[in-house]
Amino acid sequence: MGRVLAFLVIVAVGVVLVYAGFGLPAFGDPNAPASTHVSDAYIEHAYHDAHTPNFVTVMIADYRSFDTLGESIVVFTAGLACFLLLRSERRRKRQGGGQQT
Amino acid sequence: MIRPKETIITDHVVRVMVPFIQIFAFYVIFHGHYSPGGGFQGGALLAGSVLLQRVVLGAERSQIGFPTRLGIPFGALGILIYAGVGFLAMLDGGNYLQYDHLPFGMTPVYLRNTGILLVEIGVAFAVTGTLVSIYDDLVNFERRDDQAEMHSAGSREDA
Repeated sequence: MGRVLAFLVIVAVGVVLVYAGFGLPAFGDPNAPASTHVSDAYIEHAYHDAHTPNFVTVMIADYRSFDTLGESIVVFTAGLACFLLLRSERRRKRQGGGQQT
Repeated sequence: MIRPKETIITDHVVRVMVPFIQIFAFYVIFHGHYSPGGGFQGGALLAGSVLLQRVVLGAERSQIGFPTRLGIPFGALGILIYAGVGFLAMLDGGNYLQYDHLPFGMTPVYLRNTGILLVEIGVAFAVTGTLVSIYDDLVNFERRDDQAEMHSAGSREDA
């Protein structure tokens, strides 16, 4: 029963997502809102604002630096999770070995 | 257990290659203003140079280059550099991560330029520390597992 319910929920959410996907602007559409406001402003002002010819760097590290801060924190959190998980596994193994002897 | 194979060829190839990989990594980080690249890519290259030593020279001999215990602190230092640049900008009355308020006494345009560079260095540190730390976790896990097996086998013989 629970499985059937979960399957129905997944199908319903999938249908909603696909339906919503049709409302997105086409890939590379020059009239999409993202292409008419932000992208142009970034490309026009990047060199003037930060004297950096590579405007991708300016976007990543200046205009969207909050985003990049979050990204690097995500990377670091992944490493921390590996560290904690594997280390606790090791400790459990060692304790188990101690009980056997 | 994975043992390093003591072959003079791989040893010397690694010794020649690692400095060049590291120089290229710093080039990618510091030249990110002018060409494709930046903190993530340069950090991955730096981590690659360390992992090459780990794989070829073995875990013990490559500790001189980058000790295992420094992995997580190195990553945390990178995040701290990034967040610290944000707070430095707040000291001068700007918003968080508003680089033109960094207290370095340059024109706002060059302050933003410098802020981008500092932030990229922080990202590179974070990526390097994290990648090396993940590799060391996996390898140490395996080795500890092996030792535990050997230990239990020895105790069984004792009994």
